[in-house]
Amino acid sequence: MSTPTAVMPSISYLNTKTTLMSWLLTRDHKRIALLYIAGVTFFFGIGGFFAGLIRLELVTPVGDLLSDDNYNKVFTMHGVMMVFFVLIPLIPATLGNFLLPLMLGAKDVAFPKLNLLSFYIYLMGSLFTLYAIVSGGLDTGWTFYTPFSTVASTSAVVPAALGIFINGFSSILTGLNFMVTIHRMRAPGLTWFRLPLFVWALYATSLIQVLGTPVVAITIVLVAAERIFSFGLFNPAVGGDPVLFQHLFWFYSHPAVYIMILPAMGVISEVIAGMTRKQIFGYSFVAFSSLGIAVVGFLVWGHHLFVAGMSVYATLVFSVLTFIVAIPSAVKVFNWTATMYKGSVAWDTPILYVAGFIGLFAIGGLTGLFLASVGLDIHVTDTYFVVAHFHYVMVGGAIMGFLAGIHFWWPKITGRMYNDFLGRVAAGLIFVGFNLTFFPQFVAGYLGMPRRYHAYPDEFQVLNVLSTAGATVLAVGFTLPLFYLAWSLKTGAIAGDNPWGAVGLEWNTTSPPPTENFTTQPIVTWEAYEQPTPVEGHVV
Amino acid sequence: MRSGTQLLPEVASTIAGRVDALYLFLVGLTAFFTVLIFAIFIVFMVKYRRRDPNSIGARIHGGMILEITWSIIPLFIVMGIFVWSTELYFTISRPPAETMNIYAVGKQWMWKFQHMDGQREINELHVPIGRNVKMIMTSEDVLHDLFFPSFRVKADVIPGRYTHIWFQATKAGTYPLYCAEYCGTKHSGMIGKVVVMEAEDYQAWLAGNGQEGTLASSGSKLFQDLACNTCHRPDAQGRGPILENLFGTQVTLQSGERAVVDEAYLRESILTPGAKVTAGFQPIMPTFQGLVSEEGLLQLIEYVKSMKSDTAARAENPSTSATAPNGNTPAQPPQARN
Repeated sequence: MSTPTAVMPSISYLNTKTTLMSWLLTRDHKRIALLYIAGVTFFFGIGGFFAGLIRLELVTPVGDLLSDDNYNKVFTMHGVMMVFFVLIPLIPATLGNFLLPLMLGAKDVAFPKLNLLSFYIYLMGSLFTLYAIVSGGLDTGWTFYTPFSTVASTSAVVPAALGIFINGFSSILTGLNFMVTIHRMRAPGLTWFRLPLFVWALYATSLIQVLGTPVVAITIVLVAAERIFSFGLFNPAVGGDPVLFQHLFWFYSHPAVYIMILPAMGVISEVIAGMTRKQIFGYSFVAFSSLGIAVVGFLVWGHHLFVAGMSVYATLVFSVLTFIVAIPSAVKVFNWTATMYKGSVAWDTPILYVAGFIGLFAIGGLTGLFLASVGLDIHVTDTYFVVAHFHYVMVGGAIMGFLAGIHFWWPKITGRMYNDFLGRVAAGLIFVGFNLTFFPQFVAGYLGMPRRYHAYPDEFQVLNVLSTAGATVLAVGFTLPLFYLAWSLKTGAIAGDNPWGAVGLEWNTTSPPPTENFTTQPIVTWEAYEQPTPVEGHVV
Repeated sequence: MRSGTQLLPEVASTIAGRVDALYLFLVGLTAFFTVLIFAIFIVFMVKYRRRDPNSIGARIHGGMILEITWSIIPLFIVMGIFVWSTELYFTISRPPAETMNIYAVGKQWMWKFQHMDGQREINELHVPIGRNVKMIMTSEDVLHDLFFPSFRVKADVIPGRYTHIWFQATKAGTYPLYCAEYCGTKHSGMIGKVVVMEAEDYQAWLAGNGQEGTLASSGSKLFQDLACNTCHRPDAQGRGPILENLFGTQVTLQSGERAVVDEAYLRESILTPGAKVTAGFQPIMPTFQGLVSEEGLLQLIEYVKSMKSDTAARAENPSTSATAPNGNTPAQPPQARN
């Protein structure tokens, strides 16, 4: 914990320049990270508002709160906001931006101006999509399935698609920036196998962003082309193939799940190492499992098409590859658990979020096996079972990982500690609220309740009421950190350079760090997470 | 009706129990590993909690034997699940040789069903117990998905293609059917019910609802209305290929490739005649795009399936052919026909 004698550093990236323009035109990766945090928090709020409307509508079996068209727009915008403007940039653009140069012992990312450009592209893309909401909404589902999106929908498909297209460039440029940074900006002595596992995770994520995003970008262009110019691409009435769209879309959008979860896994490795003061068990297995997931993750998209008339041969190939991609994730979970063994486990807020992550991600990952099993997927696909599964992975995995990271690095980012008690309360509320919201959806899904239903048969009402009750708890849990984190900026105890006693270059500078990150160039002479003997410490 | 506390849907088809078995096995596996990992994590959290603020964790780097063990064991488990689920998939995806066919057309936002003997239904489907029912499905507009939770089967319904599912119902009763692929405004209203009946009740139902003639006979009328018969003649004099005995055979195309004459081939040949022209014929057939509805196409296809050269009389009295195609249409009382 923070030492009573700690004082705020007199100079930090937060107080060197304080004009509005110094923030809006900053090239400092740390300030850009904060801009992104503001952005994703804003969109998480909008996406969460839509989620609340969905849950309220589904309290009763009849569609009485929203009209059917409005309900369809609400669940679509919930998905679009959360996937494209929250989950994909969530960790790389915020914690990744803030920490990557610090972890590498660098002054900044390789291309600081490009980094700022990425942020403004993100802003522009998201504003386009906001415009789409205002100018008629979007009712295609976040998946834009053709030919509905190109022929039948009367909503603002093109502005929404354009927003996502623009946003893609932000993702590509961030990935490129990070890859070059990791190759070129490592401190002397910081060899590849001394890198923090979060950096390995960001590298694997960047690979997917750079290689995958162009595919969805061009797919979106083709949807717009068919919609505007009636190209016969996906509409069978003019010679197109609707299933082709699904192949193109999922070729990116399945790996995109790994864009969300891999950085969260990296965060979990850092937080566990920091909170147990221990090396991660099986470092190289955890590092290579990230790359393994990134590569095999590109080859499993077809499991979204098991009922879309794919050939038996393709179906089996995608099924077996999907089972195989589960293995590296399982290996990570086993290694994290093993790391806890004989650790010195600090019971502060971050480890509670990690525990929540482990429990929820285990369920999310294991229920993936249900969907990889084709004979069973045929029954559960397109039902609430799938909805529950991917929320366990994306919220239970990616959002819990982000929250663990935010609570772990908050003292580094702001120089102050938050209220630990409220932190634990929020972690508990989120864990309980999440399970109450989404566990009943597994049951509803297996019973046959289809996704994206505005009204539903009476027999599913009990489960839906439970779900909505859980969502209420979840909303309180998610709102709480906003308050105690904001409050800590004014009243939080001064954190000091290294409140957790963790290792890693980011803890070897002041909290908050100066604009140039380190006053002297660090030289790394120790292995990743190697604990210094208490007397010597790591000398940088 | 079922209560809200039930955890499994009705078991009403031959495969439903097998799907449930795999599901329950995976539920057990998930519960076991989730509890195991979470419990170990919590136990370690408690047992190794930091007592001295300056303490550090033990110096442990890893262990090759453990890593290999916990990579290999899950690999064997998932490969076992793969084999199990694939065996199930083969059963679900491959209809038996003998099936009773029913056509389904999805459109925003209703299901239209056509039985071989001409009975038509909307959002309600009657099927007999103990027969292998094959649904041959297409869409008039966007993607849909026909889902029978009580039979544990579904498949996307795709415009421009024929997809199919099959099931054998085992328990009389009324069960839900849903559209499971999002299709726009009234997606959640695109639901209905499937009525599973004892064989004799089903026969009685067929008899009471067969006023419109068999599918093949409707197809025959359409065949003449569209003047298909001026070119597609039973003798070698026609400008188009002979259709008698054609269904299910292979034809050689102008390009030299071979194509199987199935539902999709016939559909394409009616709507886009130039795509796959049979060798020896000129690409002179006009398109019938926009002139025939999806249901009309299915009637034409069923008529082509019924065309047999050994009984030229059938063309004049097509209703009798209802018992011929694929040998799969149930016998029925004569009063059900025109």
